[in-house]
Amino acid sequence: MTQSRLLSVLVDNKPGVLQRVASMIRRRGFNIDSLSVGPTDDDTISRMTITVHVGRQQAEQATKQLAKLIDVITIDDITGLRNVAHELVLMRMQAPPGERTELLNLVDIFRGRIVDVAASSVIIEVTGSAEKIDNFIELMRPFGIKELARSGVVALVRGDQARIRLMDFAIDGDEPPTEPSRLQGVAGDNTGTV
Amino acid sequence: MITTRTDQRSSAAASTAATPDGLAEPPRMLTGAQIALESLIREGVDTIFGYPGGANLWLYRHLPDYPALHHVLVRHEQGGAHAADGYARSKRGSVGVVFATSGPGALNLVTGLATAYMDSVPVVAITGQVSSTAIGTDSFQESDVIGSTMSVVKHSYLITRVEDIAPTIKEAFHIARSGRPGPVLVDFPKDLQAAVTAFNYPEGPVRRRSYPAPPRPDPAKLRQIAELIKGAKRPVILAGRGVLIAGAEEELAELAHQAHIPVGWTLLGTGAFPVTDPMALQMVGFMGAGYTNKAVCEADVLIMVGMRCDDRVTTRLDSFAPRVEHLVHIDIDPAEIGKNVIPHVSVVADAKVALRELNLLVEPKREHAWLTQIDQWKEEHPVRFTNHTGLLQPQQVLEEMYARCEDEAIVLADVGQNQIWAALWFNYRKPGLFLNSGGTGTMGYAFPASMGAKLANPHKTVFCVTGEGGFVMNMQEMATMVENNIDVNVVILNNSSLGMVRQFQDDFYDGVRSAVDLTFTPDFVKLGDAFGMKAMSTDRLEDVGPMLDEAMAHKGPVLLNFNIDPNANVYPIVPLGMGMLDFVEAS
Repeated sequence: MTQSRLLSVLVDNKPGVLQRVASMIRRRGFNIDSLSVGPTDDDTISRMTITVHVGRQQAEQATKQLAKLIDVITIDDITGLRNVAHELVLMRMQAPPGERTELLNLVDIFRGRIVDVAASSVIIEVTGSAEKIDNFIELMRPFGIKELARSGVVALVRGDQARIRLMDFAIDGDEPPTEPSRLQGVAGDNTGTV
Repeated sequence: MITTRTDQRSSAAASTAATPDGLAEPPRMLTGAQIALESLIREGVDTIFGYPGGANLWLYRHLPDYPALHHVLVRHEQGGAHAADGYARSKRGSVGVVFATSGPGALNLVTGLATAYMDSVPVVAITGQVSSTAIGTDSFQESDVIGSTMSVVKHSYLITRVEDIAPTIKEAFHIARSGRPGPVLVDFPKDLQAAVTAFNYPEGPVRRRSYPAPPRPDPAKLRQIAELIKGAKRPVILAGRGVLIAGAEEELAELAHQAHIPVGWTLLGTGAFPVTDPMALQMVGFMGAGYTNKAVCEADVLIMVGMRCDDRVTTRLDSFAPRVEHLVHIDIDPAEIGKNVIPHVSVVADAKVALRELNLLVEPKREHAWLTQIDQWKEEHPVRFTNHTGLLQPQQVLEEMYARCEDEAIVLADVGQNQIWAALWFNYRKPGLFLNSGGTGTMGYAFPASMGAKLANPHKTVFCVTGEGGFVMNMQEMATMVENNIDVNVVILNNSSLGMVRQFQDDFYDGVRSAVDLTFTPDFVKLGDAFGMKAMSTDRLEDVGPMLDEAMAHKGPVLLNFNIDPNANVYPIVPLGMGMLDFVEAS
């Protein structure tokens, strides 16, 4: 049985890293549903949020193979954790003056914003879970969607505790840890039998 | 900004040599090419296999200034990559180095890099690239080498600044040789080879937050494994190349002897445990010994060390170790744990460290009934061959070879029947004496790789065992062998066909022989003549010994062609799609 896995990956912010990550996922026979990447507060580090559609054991394999890439600092499978996983959608809607009220009501309900107004159209911005965005798009269809751009998922786990602190990662010359520390949220042993 | 991100601590420590009066000497201003060559020397490199071309000519311009670097001009870049692999595989701790120019030169390395990658061999490839200003313009001999090699290297770098050269090369060597080793490629644009900067070789260990040291074995899991061994009635160990890379043969032997556990091995693990040891099984799997497969299938506790457990080991996956109650997997690479078989207990660590610490916990024991059973299987299913035709058998050639060199020769096997014969018909009792392309299965590997092995081990006898198919795939390296007088004894087991493919067609593909007839191969004696390489040929058993004696006495490369029984097959073998116990033996 396959399911969507949500992977949060910290990588060195360098050219070519995106290709290495994407190529590894393809090479191991997995499919990327969504991938978003951007720098973190430390501009030498980028965070990639990747959704892959795989089985449980495949997810573990994908995670471990990604962790092996030299540019990958850490990888965290946050599927099923209490997390905030949001997408952003921009939609250019057909909206002649006088026919905008109902549209604007729906935008309000979805806590969206109008970010551009032109003579006969508006651009709407909505953020939220993939499900919320799907629903919003369906509601907008009858009004006439002229153009749509949707981001991939970005996600963080809820709560006070940062999932990954970089000082946790031993580097050569230090006393190494006893667990493969770059893997977080990955099943260890006893996940099945031969 | 690209390439190295060594930690500040190491770059800050970059030294400037102090003069006797305590004043720092100003760093030398060198070109990028000179910096690269100086860096290789700092990494302990003494041999480079390479081929010049437009985009690496600055490297070659300065190469003669560094006599400490012995450059071997190969005749094809693939040969260079395999030679660097053979050098590194045969000399523990070393890194093989290959140079190639941009475009076609670099792309010719791909098969060699893939071969090194699959078998975890430390190789550093330095490829010339077109000028950084020309990258992306489809200029002459430009290709996307980083992109083309991405899936067959452990890591790769495109140098974009002259000051990155030294730290990049240092990091490349560190990544190639540490952890699970593998090939690393450095793509080096031509203009940066000519650019000038101050040379400072970074001192201290390479530190990279995204490349941690291998973890230490978890003591709780080691205690668990020791308990499993204590309770085991039918324990078996399987050893892979990870044991050889880690240098864990002694620890493996100690474990096997302390708890009397029979040890089998993978093709690449050959030599990790002495074949002649009373606890020794043999190679496991698809073409492994019948008694090893039987032992694995009966085992209640199976301990796999430093191996990937690929399909050549497991045969049909559901037939692998069906009675095992506790499967233990020790490997340095966490991605290997659970990739093909899911263990009950796993340890991610260097094999030597893990076994050393495990040995402290393992109590002496001996399961008499199990060992008696194993001995009985050894008698019932010996590795043997039959000779129905009276023609020269490949195993006879190998027996004659073994009689002359025993533990003192390095044997490189190519791919196919010759590979399995060479694995099974030599009693490898020490590590590092049997080298072959086990993972990628690259035909044409052995001959160029044997040059590397001989140059890395000048005092050892080196045999290259190959077939007439694989030899021809890289026979251009005869010129390199002769030019450098590299003393390799090349043994061609010539059956006038692509033997392994022919055997598969006969047995598994309706007996239809298709595109496997190699009757038309060159006259190898004349070929040797043409290259100035001593060459001999026979199809008679009585000639084999004297020819080998003559070849081994000769100081220089020798080509020995043995026309063997064209229908000689590899046995035992598990028919395609069948399970471990369905092995077919010689009849």
